[in-house]
Amino acid sequence: MSIASTSVIQIMPRTRRGVELMLLIIAIGVSVGAYVNVGLTVQDKVPASTGYYAAGIGLLALTAHLALRYRAPYADPVLLPCAVLLNGLGVAMIHRLDLGLEASAIAAGRTPKSPTAPQQITWTAVGVVLFLVVILLVRDHRRLQALTYTAGLAGLVLLVLPLIPGLGVNLNGARIWIRLAGMSFQPGEFAKLCLVIFFAGYLVVKRDVLTLAGHRFLGLDLPRARDLGPIGVAWLVSLGVLVFESDLGSSLLFFGLFLFLLYVSTERAGWLIIGGLLFVGGAFFAYSAIGHVHKRITDWLDPFSIDGGQIAVGLMGQGWGGVLGRGLGQGRPELTLYSQSDMIISSFAEELGLTGLIAIILIYTLIIERGLRTALGCRDIFGKLVATGLAMSFALQVFVIIGGVTGLIPLTGLATPFMALGGTSLVANWAIIALLLRISDQARRPQTPAAPVSDETIAMVVQKQ
Amino acid sequence: MSELTLTLIKLGFLALLWMFVLAVLSVIRSDLFGAKVDSRALAAPVATNGRSPKPAKPVKKRKGVPGSVTIADGPQAGVGATLSSEPVVIGRGSDCQIRLDDDYSSTRHARVFQSEGEWWVEDLGSTNGTYLDGQRVTRPVPAEIGGSIRIGRTTLNIAK
Repeated sequence: MSIASTSVIQIMPRTRRGVELMLLIIAIGVSVGAYVNVGLTVQDKVPASTGYYAAGIGLLALTAHLALRYRAPYADPVLLPCAVLLNGLGVAMIHRLDLGLEASAIAAGRTPKSPTAPQQITWTAVGVVLFLVVILLVRDHRRLQALTYTAGLAGLVLLVLPLIPGLGVNLNGARIWIRLAGMSFQPGEFAKLCLVIFFAGYLVVKRDVLTLAGHRFLGLDLPRARDLGPIGVAWLVSLGVLVFESDLGSSLLFFGLFLFLLYVSTERAGWLIIGGLLFVGGAFFAYSAIGHVHKRITDWLDPFSIDGGQIAVGLMGQGWGGVLGRGLGQGRPELTLYSQSDMIISSFAEELGLTGLIAIILIYTLIIERGLRTALGCRDIFGKLVATGLAMSFALQVFVIIGGVTGLIPLTGLATPFMALGGTSLVANWAIIALLLRISDQARRPQTPAAPVSDETIAMVVQKQ
Repeated sequence: MSELTLTLIKLGFLALLWMFVLAVLSVIRSDLFGAKVDSRALAAPVATNGRSPKPAKPVKKRKGVPGSVTIADGPQAGVGATLSSEPVVIGRGSDCQIRLDDDYSSTRHARVFQSEGEWWVEDLGSTNGTYLDGQRVTRPVPAEIGGSIRIGRTTLNIAK
């Protein structure tokens, strides 16, 4: 009898915080580089505010890093640097567009608007504070499972908040904003986070029923009619968002999220087919019955029919950017409507070209990949589903907005995560990254043998006699 | 500023951006390879006791309390655990008492535990299921001597 555990090489679990610090320094370097680059090309000098910008972003990133060292030492080393880089690039681009808009306002004889980049930096700080709160307060993501129905209710309330008269405001045809104390918020961004927790908690309990019962049809396992309730409710709610708030983006996001999680938790392709059919039906209804949606689709099919249309100008800019781009500060991205928020990807494509855009999309992909990897490594089903849901919400959002800006699908008003001008989205995304890091800490932490059931000890591993 | 300088700044910034992407990719690459199972030690577990493991024979069910669970075939044949009093977790995870090198098993796949003087096999919510003597384990079922547990492509024998 010999002990077989010698056959396994003991690998020291690595926290990889050092690697994270190194990547963070590169990310801060790239962000500051972008800021200096803008100053050099637009104003012909290194901007005086570079020091403040570098110190601000560096301080925020290092605080987040120290919180991870202290509270989540085994968390994924890649997520934080990617988020910092996207946020920093976004601020640099918003600053660059501030300069461009100021110049064109002066040329047209108007008084320029106040710059928006400082505002975005303030929101970044709020976002990092929320990041710290999540990391420090949520010590174990499994506790969130107790909040399943609370989160569901909160998500629903946040979704319908813009519909309350006097609170909600109509902006650009969609009613997804609320105005409070002189500031506007987009509660849907936080609804996303709440609904992921709700869907995950709900599916952990119900997935067996949804998986096991059913019958086969054309080689597909289809669920029973009476199990269709939840997907029907999700469909109706997202259709309600579409009809009453005219918001194509969030509607698509919520339904897509539920469908993905349903598929992931039950492993049955039948749900995707049913969901796909429901989506096609809803989309057709929206196209024929809702003027706002109809317009979005005709704009997409023929963007150049409107002179100076948002998509058309954006596409022109992207085309002008070409493979290598005009260079930061050397294009005219400010000509596009909403070049700082909805169309910021088009601004990047114009100035950094296809090469830069691919790098940005790759960074998004890496965040999504790390999210799914966290889900794979996570030991409990709730954590798996939450990580999958967060990663998929990120993926859907990036696909919908970049697809819209580049003309692949109709443009909808979702925020480009971490980059677009807008406080709510930025803060919500920092919370999402914090939650992913919290789950990844649990997933990557080496297990003491007794961890799952604490009073167990290793049973001796023997070899067959 | 001259055209050349501007072009150099532009290309330099793109290079910097890609450097970050490549740095992240190399971190992920080094992160891909987690705990390794030493193939040499796995390939020759029997060299230590000088016998090659025989293919699993159907053993008749016998009365008595099971004493061990052992992998019956494949490169890991012979690896197992004694059933003393603590539960034995089987799976791919590093925290499992029987650690399988099987792509079709889950991280914590199944558990053999003692309750009311009997040993039971329980599936821990695995993806591909656990089978005891060909029957899928949906709730804890009694483990008897001579029974065989199938997890993914691995078969484990319950012995005295």
